[in-house]
Amino acid sequence: MVLLTRKAEFSAAHYYWNDAWPQQENEKVFGKCANRNGHGHNYTLEVTVAGEIDPLSGFVVDLKALKDVMEREVIQVYDHRHLNLEVPEFRTTIPTTENIAIAIWKRLEKKIVGARLHRVRVYEMPDLFADYCGE
Amino acid sequence: MKAYLSRRYRMSASHRLHTELFSAEKNEAVYGKCNNPYGHGHNYTVEVMLSGEVDRVTGMVCNLGDLDEFVRREIIDRFDEQNLNMDRSFETLVPTTENLCVEIYGIIRAGFRSAKLEKIRVEETSNNYFEYAG
Repeated sequence: MVLLTRKAEFSAAHYYWNDAWPQQENEKVFGKCANRNGHGHNYTLEVTVAGEIDPLSGFVVDLKALKDVMEREVIQVYDHRHLNLEVPEFRTTIPTTENIAIAIWKRLEKKIVGARLHRVRVYEMPDLFADYCGE
Repeated sequence: MKAYLSRRYRMSASHRLHTELFSAEKNEAVYGKCNNPYGHGHNYTVEVMLSGEVDRVTGMVCNLGDLDEFVRREIIDRFDEQNLNMDRSFETLVPTTENLCVEIYGIIRAGFRSAKLEKIRVEETSNNYFEYAG
């Protein structure tokens, strides 16, 4: 089995807010991220797939096909958007880095042909990232 | 759902790789330039990987502010801009980055309870890094 990772980038705005809490509680838990005017990041997405090397092509997966799926399912939906206001899964879920990784896994899991999704890693910044492996 | 959260921190410190158990010649043979009696230093990057269930209410594995505060207090304030050989952890232990990695793992494992510690990675330079997962 070989692991193959493809990267992509998207830029988006978000804020952290739980409607069930008063403003004071949101600010206490989420700090500056609770600012309702939002703020943004340049996110880096790493998608790792696992599979056997095809003896004919020498590929684990067709990289162009993987790139196209990531572009269609994630980048076109998330890039230059406000995650809370414009991406359906974050109407009810706070777009933390952890939840973004889970949401991207759900978007990609059934769409990758010829290999198994192994890990989704989302960098919010170079110093902060979350992994989801379907556990 | 279980997710992994990783955070990177930077600190700069000096060290000298040397053990009293070896002769001067053997120290030099084993540690090379790192045995320079005057020491040398690095800009270290410490990467902390935690895991846990994503809290349904907050959407988080753990509160990053809590992790930052803990790492600043217990790791950065202790090692940053210091000579590692003078630290209590390295009174008898050579401050290789392997040993530093294990020490940092032990400190966080013992003191930070908000999520499970999965792995510590310490990058000594851009070309070499060490990982410890217990």
